[in-house]
Amino acid sequence: MTALTQNHARHTLTVDGCATSYLRGGTGPPLLFLHGSGGVAAWLPWMDRLAERYDVIIPDHPGWGRSEMPAWLDTIHDLAYFYLDFIEALGLAQVDLVGNSLGGWIACELAVRSTIALRRLVLVSPAGLRVPGVRKFDIFAHSHEDVTRRLFHDPALAERVLAQPVDEAALDLQLKNRFATARVAWQPRLYDPHLAKWLHRIDVPTLILWGEDDALLPAAYAAEFARLIPGARVATIPQCGHLPHVEKPAVFAQHVEAFLTRESA
Amino acid sequence: MKFYAFHLMPYADLDPQYTEKYDSAWVTLPNTYFDRERGHALYNRYLDELELADAAGFDGVCVNEHHQNAYGLMPIPGIIAGALSRRVKGKLLVLGRALPLLNNPLTVAEEYAMLDQITGGRLIAGFVRGIGAEYHSWGVNPTESHDRFHEAHDLIIQAWTKAGPFHFEGKYYDFEYVNTWPRVFQEPHPPIWIPSQGSSETIIWASAAERRYTYLQTFSPIATVRRYMQMYKAEAQKAGYTATAAQLGWSVPIYVAESDERAKEEARPHIEAFVNKFLRMPLDMLLPPGYTTLASMKGVMQAKAALSGTQTMDQLLERGTFICGSPQTVRETILAYQREIGFGNLLPVMQFGTLPHDLTAKNIELFATQVIPFLRDHVDADAPAVPTPA
Repeated sequence: MTALTQNHARHTLTVDGCATSYLRGGTGPPLLFLHGSGGVAAWLPWMDRLAERYDVIIPDHPGWGRSEMPAWLDTIHDLAYFYLDFIEALGLAQVDLVGNSLGGWIACELAVRSTIALRRLVLVSPAGLRVPGVRKFDIFAHSHEDVTRRLFHDPALAERVLAQPVDEAALDLQLKNRFATARVAWQPRLYDPHLAKWLHRIDVPTLILWGEDDALLPAAYAAEFARLIPGARVATIPQCGHLPHVEKPAVFAQHVEAFLTRESA
Repeated sequence: MKFYAFHLMPYADLDPQYTEKYDSAWVTLPNTYFDRERGHALYNRYLDELELADAAGFDGVCVNEHHQNAYGLMPIPGIIAGALSRRVKGKLLVLGRALPLLNNPLTVAEEYAMLDQITGGRLIAGFVRGIGAEYHSWGVNPTESHDRFHEAHDLIIQAWTKAGPFHFEGKYYDFEYVNTWPRVFQEPHPPIWIPSQGSSETIIWASAAERRYTYLQTFSPIATVRRYMQMYKAEAQKAGYTATAAQLGWSVPIYVAESDERAKEEARPHIEAFVNKFLRMPLDMLLPPGYTTLASMKGVMQAKAALSGTQTMDQLLERGTFICGSPQTVRETILAYQREIGFGNLLPVMQFGTLPHDLTAKNIELFATQVIPFLRDHVDADAPAVPTPA
């Protein structure tokens, strides 16, 4: 365990043979955040904010970031079963599960298998479905720069992200994350043809959060998730792209807190 | 030394202005650029050119597989090979089928067995992984490319060499009844060649003592050809045997004309179209994640970044990516490279880019009559591949 600040630390736990790296900070009920295809580089201010009320746990998925690439990683389903084991290994119960993009897809796949350890579910522009005729942006056919520019509503934010220096280690991580994403999401592109059949099994209160100007996964997908998950609520964020927690961290945190603290969802 | 005429069968009538609207001749170039009538004429012209090469004195002819692009019009190479199989008297090389792209690799075992039967054992069977762009075009996961390639290879070899029916149990392919009819003509199976643009993983695998497959370096600067063939020979030594010249092949565009000046003048627009129009694609299309190891990917990214932009014929000549000149120049160039590097197979691409039929036919005739006989006299393909000085 490495102390980074007083509020959080990086840990490694071996689950299913995979040395899994995760950040953890704060106190309160457990909140597990599953990142998108680009991974999570560091502890960010929105995490600090949620850590005031929650025990925030942010793993690097097996195959991503500082976690190992396990030999068993073939499909998104492997990650769903892995996180069921991960939750068990940490001894968590009544988990609030938050997932963005590919992480939202994993959260859905996990929840259709079992919600026994879950309290509430927040899906932030999740992948995982196909809405016929609504085309997703092909993240594999475009350069890292083009994809980054598509991620945000605010072009200046994209340029700031791109202006950050990329050293050898950062480039290695970028390529590693891209490999892992392709591993589970190349074909069919970023969805599971069988997921829609089983989303009705999700029996915990669910919030679907979407940036209104998401240019990767159009906000039209929010309605499809809402149609398929019983009782799901939808909230959209104006002037926001595919990563609300990065582009509008305060609004994102507000939505998450409000939903998680509602008397009845 | 053996000589096999390699045809890529490009859509040579491609409107070169396409680059004003599109960044690639692969994956996303609309097929409305393909004219039906011209396509018909091109296929028949190209078949004529390969038949001409065979009749003129090449040891055989060679076709390959590419999908959804203007670079090569042979998505199903077996059709072209089938069309050639009765007229061509030399070897028939299919270099090769892109195994990971196929849902069922048994189709390759069958296709090659049919060609081997029709030709009475004149087939040389190539296995490739396809190029990166084809993992986009074909919707195949590039991170599974190497594993699928190896498993599909094992399946095909077993389909040719084990009595059927048998159960093949793989991770990607599991077939209860493998029982390929027809059987291959050659015993135990057709010679196997592995074309590549250069990858140490591929070379280590191809050169292993139990395989000893012929390694074919395709369209690369001579420094790259040298490096990978040296690696093959070194790997063979490690595996306890000495590689022969017949285990090494080089495929390179070549143009021969009456004089050096005339050759350059005639070839220039067509070889430049080949590299700048037909091979054009963004790096992310060429290198999907997982297509190579992370280390190789970083290497290729750096190499390609250095090469980005338009390439001229003079640059290609300087790097030895293209050979062009009078018969004497071409003979001496090839002989010098052969003496140094030790390959026993040369697969000249006699038509490239927009090179028209009359020049292609002249190129084939001049190479067959004024280059091949000289080199045959000077190089023994069965000799051990000469050691390359370090």
